[in-house]
Amino acid sequence: MENPYKAYPVRIDSIDVATQDKSLRTFKFVFLNEGDEEKFAYESGQFAELSIPGKGEIPIGIASSPTEKGFVKFTVFRTGLVTNHLHNMKVGDIMGVRGPLGNSYPLKDLEGKNIVIIGAGFAFTTLRSTIVYLLDPKNRSRFGNIDVIYGARNPGMILYKDELTVWEKRDDINMHITVDSTDDPSWTYHTGFVPTITETQAPKADENTYAIMCGPPMMLKFTKPVLDKLGYSHDKIIMSLENRMKCGIGICGRCNIGKELICKDGPVFTLEQLKHMPEEDT
Amino acid sequence: MNETLSIRANIMKVINIDKEKWASGVESLTSTYRLFGPVKEDDSHNFKELKKGELPDLAYGNSKLSPKSAVFPPSEAMFTYSLDEKNENHHILNDVKKDYSPRAVLGIRPCDAKAVSLVRMNFDTKEYRDPYWMDAFEATTFVGLACDNPCSTCFCTSTGCGPFSEEGLDVLLVENGNAYIAKALTAKGEKLMDAAGFKTAGDDSAIAAKKAAAEAKITASIETDKLSEKVIMDLYDAPIWDDISFSCINCCTCTYACPTCWCFDIQDENKGLSGVRMRNWDSCMTPLFTMHGSGHNPRSQKKQRVRQRFMHKLKYFLDKYQKGIMCVGCGRCVQQCPVNIDIRTVSKKMNDYVAAS
Amino acid sequence: MDAYITKIKEISERLLKDGTVEAVIGFRQGTVPTMSEPCMIKRSDDVKDLVWDSNCRINLCNYLTNRKEKLAIVAKGCDSRNIVTHIIENKIKRDQLFIIGVPCKGMNDKNTGELQDNCGTCTHRNPVIYDELVGDLVEEQTDVDKYADVKKVEALSSDEKWNFFNDLYSSCTRCHACRNACPLCYCPTCFVDESKPQWVGKADDAVDIRTYHFLRAYHCAGRCTDCGSCEAACPQNIKVRQMTKKLEKDCSELYGWEAGLTLDERPPLDTFKVDDREDFIK
Repeated sequence: MENPYKAYPVRIDSIDVATQDKSLRTFKFVFLNEGDEEKFAYESGQFAELSIPGKGEIPIGIASSPTEKGFVKFTVFRTGLVTNHLHNMKVGDIMGVRGPLGNSYPLKDLEGKNIVIIGAGFAFTTLRSTIVYLLDPKNRSRFGNIDVIYGARNPGMILYKDELTVWEKRDDINMHITVDSTDDPSWTYHTGFVPTITETQAPKADENTYAIMCGPPMMLKFTKPVLDKLGYSHDKIIMSLENRMKCGIGICGRCNIGKELICKDGPVFTLEQLKHMPEEDT
Repeated sequence: MNETLSIRANIMKVINIDKEKWASGVESLTSTYRLFGPVKEDDSHNFKELKKGELPDLAYGNSKLSPKSAVFPPSEAMFTYSLDEKNENHHILNDVKKDYSPRAVLGIRPCDAKAVSLVRMNFDTKEYRDPYWMDAFEATTFVGLACDNPCSTCFCTSTGCGPFSEEGLDVLLVENGNAYIAKALTAKGEKLMDAAGFKTAGDDSAIAAKKAAAEAKITASIETDKLSEKVIMDLYDAPIWDDISFSCINCCTCTYACPTCWCFDIQDENKGLSGVRMRNWDSCMTPLFTMHGSGHNPRSQKKQRVRQRFMHKLKYFLDKYQKGIMCVGCGRCVQQCPVNIDIRTVSKKMNDYVAAS
Repeated sequence: MDAYITKIKEISERLLKDGTVEAVIGFRQGTVPTMSEPCMIKRSDDVKDLVWDSNCRINLCNYLTNRKEKLAIVAKGCDSRNIVTHIIENKIKRDQLFIIGVPCKGMNDKNTGELQDNCGTCTHRNPVIYDELVGDLVEEQTDVDKYADVKKVEALSSDEKWNFFNDLYSSCTRCHACRNACPLCYCPTCFVDESKPQWVGKADDAVDIRTYHFLRAYHCAGRCTDCGSCEAACPQNIKVRQMTKKLEKDCSELYGWEAGLTLDERPPLDTFKVDDREDFIK
């Protein structure tokens, strides 16, 4: 077996400032060595360790979809030692990407089903991967209705605005974009917190409808009761967790919640599974 | 246990080692093996790499820190890298040249040897193989020394181990007057015996009585019989943790001394324009262990960290692997905790706990 | 000392029963010889678990930091001086505490069973602050050379000193038990745990080890009461007080200062006087 701690060398191909306040940037990486991209074959929901020799590694959800070839994309929030350094890097710089790690959203099991995707803030990255995958012509017909509820604090914090606008015009996906508040007169979408919009816009639950939810703890806390009200059973609510990670491969022992390691047994869990896992500090 | 014995029966050889021949045998080993063994330091022993001519001090109870450092050093380099943009390999991780030539750990106690096989389950999984730990492990021949005089804090027999346990060992040495009875348990063990020139056939009939005598000396025990039937959430929410955790000072002594603790940190350390990505022992006892980049810390309170440690050792590991608790009863944490938090006391509280229905 | 424990139990029971305090911090029986375990007793029924013997060496003031309740605490001479320092530094309020003062003739070393090093030269065996004593005051030692061992090191040549300190810390594993057992070390983030920037490495590099011990000693300068908890806690039996005692001696000689004797004066490194000695600043 190859050394699982070794990252694939990549080059930064582009950097887009993703939010108005510049706290998030989207990085596009291209693999330096031929064959590495194939080895990195991933599925939506998985993450990778972005590895910067000299600084450290950070576990970041993969924002690009496996249907997008030639590169791999991540949207990173600037918050600590490594992300600060990453935000100051330039196109052409060399670093590493290690993965893909973790389990993925169980899209195979969701074929033939309706999917409600609920995301908030910058947790939306792996959800973008999922949406792009689902909408791909090779895949779309295998799935039922798709609803997306996505909210951010204000219009400047909405990620992937251009893509959202394009998706909004499609008739094979229902977009419900919202912001907590805004005084921008050109904002044409919803205003209100994600849980509130979910209550009014999400389809009622049935045998064939699943929810995939990803967001900050506050949003999850208030959206769960809404989904309960709409009748979603807990084994049909799929969530993605996060925790401090180092190895990302289930060996260093720090990311556990109960006996589950978030980097290896997760980060994707159903709410039903989570109910049996001890909830650490919220 | 019976299964293991029958598999080993085919490879097992019993050899008699005259103690007068021990030193020269160890000397012969040095041409093939790097040797590790207990070395006396001030008032205690620790496992160190033996210098030329140095013999392991086998007249010892057990070492202060466990011998896990023979395959899992406190600090080891994983990769090197150059930050110099003029270097064509800059910012790319390079493998570090390691010495995985054959090595032997002489005089490891059965509890510590079993601990190595428990820890192996973490570093060698279906999906991933940790090359640093596994390469060191595969290069190592474990020569154990049975305990005739267990300490007052040893409780190996109630953890599925024992003073004469063979799990994880390639050779088991048993003191027998002016000789050792050596059981070569694996092909690796036989190879080492050959390399040392220990060839005289021996007789293991004396072992059973010694084993019984040693086991009878163990008075300490840990209660774990009801742990597997408990529900994780019940134990987690039990009101026992405030009291258990009060005295803890989160000093990490227990985790560093414990042979079954294996958590580690990965850090990059730079000097000028080059650096090393290294891994260091880490401990769930430290507040930084679970600190998110955002500043959120799911285990910011001492109680949560203490609970995590004992739940992991006595419940999560038990449930996950179904191979017993993640403790071999070596007693180091009991002896060394500065505030005398005792895993046996904690286990009893967990074992006895019944959730209100 | 039997009379002491009877009094400790009597006082504790009374305080808990009449609600003067919510809990009593003391010691309970250890599970191995030479050890006892700090504990918090909240119910008067549990007062019977309290013990007092020559194994009660850990400084209980360590458990007071930032607590909000009304507490009783069993305090020896050194412990009481740390309580004074804690009050001055706003880590606990005087009116939260009922100090059960214990005149102390010394604790035993957990390894040798002999009198602990620091107790041999102690000149403050009686509590300097208390609400009730458990026994008569004991005679203070006057004819002791507190700094005999420091003077020995001071007399060494530069090279000899270098070797001395190298040897002293050679077996340090950076477990930080010394820091964690010390009531003075209560920084929310210790300097060795900072990451932006990272001042000290995390491995067992000799320079990092020495840096940690030197700086910790300096942070305790003028505040340390030589309670010996650091040495008692060290699993490697390192004589960590060698460094702190030197700084205690310096504060004594340069500023005429002994830590924790009065609530009315702040430590010298906390205050500035115009006639402060400066000649040691090179």
